[in-house]
Amino acid sequence: MPANESTLRTTPLRDRHLAAKAKLVPFAGWEMPLQYSGIGSEHLAVRQRVGVFDVSHMGQLEVVGARAEALVERLVTARITGLEVGAARYGVVCREDGGCLDDVIVYRLADDRFLVVTNAANHERDRDWFERHASEFGCTIRDRRDEFAMLAVQGPAARALVASLVETEGASADPLPLLPPRMRCRTLRVAGVTALACGTGYTGEDGLELLVAPDAAGALWDALVAAGAQPCGLGARDTLRIEACLPLYGNELSERRTPLAAGLDFCVAFGTGFIGEEALRASAPPAELLVPLLADRRTIPRAGCPVRCREGGEAVGEVTSGTFSPLLRRGIALAYVPRACAVPGTTVDVEIRGRVHTATVARKPLHRTAGSAASSDDDGRAG
Amino acid sequence: MAVPRRPTVRDKEEPALAEEHYPDDLRYHPEHDWARIEGDTATFGITWYAQDSLGEVVFFDAPEVGTQVRKDEPYAEVESVKAVSDVFAPLSGEVIAVNEELEEHPELINEDPYGRGWLVRVRLADPSEADELMDAAAYRDLLQSQE
Repeated sequence: MPANESTLRTTPLRDRHLAAKAKLVPFAGWEMPLQYSGIGSEHLAVRQRVGVFDVSHMGQLEVVGARAEALVERLVTARITGLEVGAARYGVVCREDGGCLDDVIVYRLADDRFLVVTNAANHERDRDWFERHASEFGCTIRDRRDEFAMLAVQGPAARALVASLVETEGASADPLPLLPPRMRCRTLRVAGVTALACGTGYTGEDGLELLVAPDAAGALWDALVAAGAQPCGLGARDTLRIEACLPLYGNELSERRTPLAAGLDFCVAFGTGFIGEEALRASAPPAELLVPLLADRRTIPRAGCPVRCREGGEAVGEVTSGTFSPLLRRGIALAYVPRACAVPGTTVDVEIRGRVHTATVARKPLHRTAGSAASSDDDGRAG
Repeated sequence: MAVPRRPTVRDKEEPALAEEHYPDDLRYHPEHDWARIEGDTATFGITWYAQDSLGEVVFFDAPEVGTQVRKDEPYAEVESVKAVSDVFAPLSGEVIAVNEELEEHPELINEDPYGRGWLVRVRLADPSEADELMDAAAYRDLLQSQE
């Protein structure tokens, strides 16, 4: 690396990625695997069997204090009061004006202790934001990012695979019920490694995210891969989450978007007194709403492409994420579109590199509904 | 119970990705395109380096037969999962054939960039333009100097 380039952080699994022939790329200040065998192959592995992702670049903050629940309630849109020990909740951290600072998952580890998992690019800002408000609640914020590596095991076979590596008391005990259900967490020993296992994910499939000590990450990775988990990189992580219609901070979420415009109403608990609540309550219904798009044959809408409704009106929306779905074999996207055309089945015009192509507003999530008549919405980040 | 590693629910074989190579019988353009010259016609494609940088190709937006292409100018687009890229003409001429197999199998560009992944065939306007292209050794040097 040239001497004048700032150094990228690396995860404890870098040598594993190289051994598996990963393409390493810079991401949010980290050197991360983009792909191993190929984005399409990895995407399908997660939809059909099980993949494993190194997500150690993500951040972790611990909130400690008798009034920790109140502090987290104040800073996160979700209802935190009454969250049980061992339960998790997805929410947004907002500014006073309702703009998004980050989307996070909050885990209650004890009555007076919460773990907040942050996006890599926002971790330091999130930490400063929590620290700024902590003293008002007599709480301490601990930056635990360097204490954890994180592996996500995702896919229909993910639970069975992790269960096969869990130690049980007695030879005949079934480990599967020991795994935390969706949106819960518990400490387990997986392949001899102590892990905080969480029933969460970012792919739209069932699965777990495992937080472990950095020096144990290699052994856990080896065991998961040996048991059949396919290594998957950030490329597939992105195609999977777009297909599952899950927002990415920096694309769908930003300071100039509110969680309501992004369709995250389910995690915005009015009445809990979070920062930004008053602004959101007072604001007019969003003029643009986030919707998934299925592109017409042979086109891929990309971030920044303008989107226009056919029913007249001058308002122009914008694609925030676009890619090719290896499962659906067509371009897919997430876009903010004028409210009038934010209805499944609506045809919109997307301008891609100077030419106009049609796309159809679809129902979430795309990997379950594309081509089928009806579905229920996926409720957020939980795998 | 261990989960089987090999895919069992795929409708085609896992493709063998091409090894990095730059055939000696081709001429190379600095925008990572190659030309196989056959008298007054030539076949064009993109190099191993180009397909590797792009990732899995999903669409090849081909020009129509009869289109005039000009040396050093883009004549088509190749789109992968993560990006779209212009394809540059190494030589000038008229498109006389387009690889129609790429419509259903764009991944041939990754798997066999110099063979079944060919893009277009062109009747050359000025065969002497080939003197400006690089041979395989010079192209490999170019790639090394880019690292």
